[in-house]
Amino acid sequence: MAKVHVSTTVNGEPMEFLCEPYETMLDALRGSLGLTGSKEGCSSGDCGACSITLDGRLVCSCLMLAAEAEGHEIRTIEGMAHGEQLHPLQQKFLEHAALQCGICTSGMLVASEALLTKNPDPTEEEVRFWLAGNLCRCTGYDKIVRAVLDAAAEMRETAP
Amino acid sequence: MNIVTNNKWIGQRTIRPDGVDKVTGRAAFAADTNMPGMIWGKVLRSPHPHARIKSIDTSKAEKLPGVKAVVTARDIVDFPLDKGAVMLGIQDMRWMCRNVMAREKALFPGHPVAAVAATTEAIAAEACKLIEVDYEVLPWAIEIDDAIKDGAPILHEWNKFDGKPSNIMGKLEQKKGDIAEGFAKAEIVIERSFTTRPVHQGYIEPHACLISVAADGKTTIWSSSQGQFMVRAMTAYLTGIPQSDIRAIPAEIGGGFGGKTIVYLEPLATLLAKKSGRPVKMVMTREEVMRATGPTSGSKSTVKIGVTRDGKIVAAHGIFYLQAGALPGSPIRGAVGCSFAPYDIPHILSQGFDVCSNRSKVAAYRAPGAPIGAYAVECVLDEVASALKMDPLEFRLKNAAKEGTKAAHGPVFPRIGFIETLDMAKSHPHYKAPLGKLQGRGVASGFWFNAGGESSAQVNITEDGNVVVTTGHPDIGGSRAGIANICAELLGIDYKRVSVIIGDTQTIGFSNLTGGSRVLFASSIVVTQSTEKIIQTLRERAAKIWEIDPEAVKWEDGAAHPVSPNAGEFPPLTLKELAEKAPAMGGPIGAGVQLNTQGADGGFGTHICDVEVDADLGIVRVIRYTAIQDVGRAIHPGYVEGQLQGGVVQGIGWALNEEYIYNKDGKVDNPGFLDYRMPVCSDMPMIDCGLVEVPNPKHPQGVKGVGEVPLVPVMAAVANAVYNALGKRFYSLPMSPPKVSAVLDAPVAQAAE
Repeated sequence: MAKVHVSTTVNGEPMEFLCEPYETMLDALRGSLGLTGSKEGCSSGDCGACSITLDGRLVCSCLMLAAEAEGHEIRTIEGMAHGEQLHPLQQKFLEHAALQCGICTSGMLVASEALLTKNPDPTEEEVRFWLAGNLCRCTGYDKIVRAVLDAAAEMRETAP
Repeated sequence: MNIVTNNKWIGQRTIRPDGVDKVTGRAAFAADTNMPGMIWGKVLRSPHPHARIKSIDTSKAEKLPGVKAVVTARDIVDFPLDKGAVMLGIQDMRWMCRNVMAREKALFPGHPVAAVAATTEAIAAEACKLIEVDYEVLPWAIEIDDAIKDGAPILHEWNKFDGKPSNIMGKLEQKKGDIAEGFAKAEIVIERSFTTRPVHQGYIEPHACLISVAADGKTTIWSSSQGQFMVRAMTAYLTGIPQSDIRAIPAEIGGGFGGKTIVYLEPLATLLAKKSGRPVKMVMTREEVMRATGPTSGSKSTVKIGVTRDGKIVAAHGIFYLQAGALPGSPIRGAVGCSFAPYDIPHILSQGFDVCSNRSKVAAYRAPGAPIGAYAVECVLDEVASALKMDPLEFRLKNAAKEGTKAAHGPVFPRIGFIETLDMAKSHPHYKAPLGKLQGRGVASGFWFNAGGESSAQVNITEDGNVVVTTGHPDIGGSRAGIANICAELLGIDYKRVSVIIGDTQTIGFSNLTGGSRVLFASSIVVTQSTEKIIQTLRERAAKIWEIDPEAVKWEDGAAHPVSPNAGEFPPLTLKELAEKAPAMGGPIGAGVQLNTQGADGGFGTHICDVEVDADLGIVRVIRYTAIQDVGRAIHPGYVEGQLQGGVVQGIGWALNEEYIYNKDGKVDNPGFLDYRMPVCSDMPMIDCGLVEVPNPKHPQGVKGVGEVPLVPVMAAVANAVYNALGKRFYSLPMSPPKVSAVLDAPVAQAAE
């Protein structure tokens, strides 16, 4: 079967790539697009390490076909910082020691950003339920939740 | 060695050296590296729990277009069973060669029988289907009771126990005093039996590697492991390539918890790369991880404890049967040695049995064996305290091990902080907080040996006067941050001027595994000694410039100073200035130290857990948790707390949900994260930490291992809390909703399982 040609936007940049019809968005990101920040932990949508946004909506890129990116806007962990300026969530994850091995961190950050876009002032419970689709085996989640709440507070203060 | 006081960086929550790479997606984990000309490897695995391999025909697979190499057990160096053990650390290469590829028999579903490399993953998978394996399917046993009963199918026919062929592969016994004499003095004796299920380490990163073998045999391995030197040595053993030709480069590791202390893919990928002449990449699926790697043992234990009415423990007897999986090597040492270690008991007999059965070979998991033993012992202690009508912490305090207590596993404890953890728990607000309906509180304590061992470090001063530290241990939980704090402290400079990296096998001296809670303990010793050598050089060079005696120069705040005005009046010479003068003053400034480090003290913790039971759904929810531990010295408190919090949550998973479910065909039915239910964010409360700091006198900064103790008390703390909530005790894990519902729905008089 011939490969599919896909035109899409990744982290604000127009991109084109070829993929197999059965290829997942995660494989395309990590393969032809060379964006290995999104991780594969399970390939069944259970761990969230491959979290990206599709037109602003949080998805597991392992559950999405690469061909489905046609005409849509994808954002990944690689697009989160602005040059040398880290996103407040990234900064707070560092300050709170909210990562140990770091394999879940990309997905956690992408999912957390999606939460704060929808809900700039989440409760601890809202953070916990929003992140329930992102597994972390190292931290016990405590410091991740604190980092997200702290980032949210800081972003509210600096919001225009 | 000098204890550093008046610290600027030790004890600070600095930003970890690898942090920015990890929050921006730049950090390279094992599956993130590619090479030109790279092809893909896949493993064909046994569908049977137990089968003799009569023949393997790979000819059809080899002819499939795109296939570049096929390997079977014939290609792997054999370590014959009858020639005796060939040990690498705690691993016997006779078992390792049979674990990476089935040899005479396939011993569990998922056991590799062949591997293929092809130009795409899809072709490699297709080729696996073309390999014809002639199996003679044999009867199998999964559970301990099935493996040790009369007439059980025997996995290793050559093994005898009590003179008969057996699946009991070994026994370990530790003794102190005479338990018969001890129990004779007891006024209350409680004996209970427990079972636990095997649980997986659950690291989110599946095993992966990329391997290139050049025409001259020079081999480069990128892989995720808890020890690049272990990867090099095991790959050398199993492929016959000398260690000097294998450069094992440690990728960032996406969690290990003990599970990445042995190899699975590296020898296969090396042989495929050698045969094909192409770099080979292999990445496990989650299903392969669940079927063929780890977990830790399931167990059945019986624990008997005798006390006098005044609350003194006079005798203890523990019997621990641990599943090894397909090949010998369950962590009986941890169960036998750690279970009673927190207590000063005159008469102890602790016995462990290593039992093989047709499931994947166990791998280390955070304080291997100790949580299994502690679950049984700490639950019995709870019952004993209740029989004595004593507060469970008071009861533990009355029997707590302290300086001078002789443990059953041998050592006489030096100054330890166990009593301090009990005192902190007793006075913690959590312990006195009110509880509501269907809520309960439990406490438990735990011990882990901790370890020292071989470590190497090289510390170099750059030409511009900054610092690069290289060590040889993969950093799983933030050890680089601890090293940066220590080196910056000693040199008196900003920690951001210290870069910490993990060297590969050909660039840094031998360093043993990241395991046993040894990394910061051991690597900070060699880093400290290297840095002290550098400071000595810097003092000597300043002395030469000032034309005074080196003893008249001190190093402070990142610069050389005369010790006093009597030594002379000179402006300080900074690290930067001395680095710039280095070429004219004897050359580059750097020092390395390689040591077999000694003096690792064991660690103790005490936990408080509150649960609430949902009577309708049978769900046990942990609603408050406090973990208190003697951590020696918290070099970076954020990552110390992280170890406690992460260990606790793994234990909560073990206590409440995690288990392999086997179907009638002897296969795991839940090899994925949906049905193998690890704790998610919404399951957990915040995990409070109490850090007791009783410095280790044998370590320059007072460090004790921290990472493993936090898992040890958890299952017992949760089980004791559930008992407190329901008045019914569970003697088997996990306390999952179906089990809890069954108990809640049962008539009141019926005891819990």
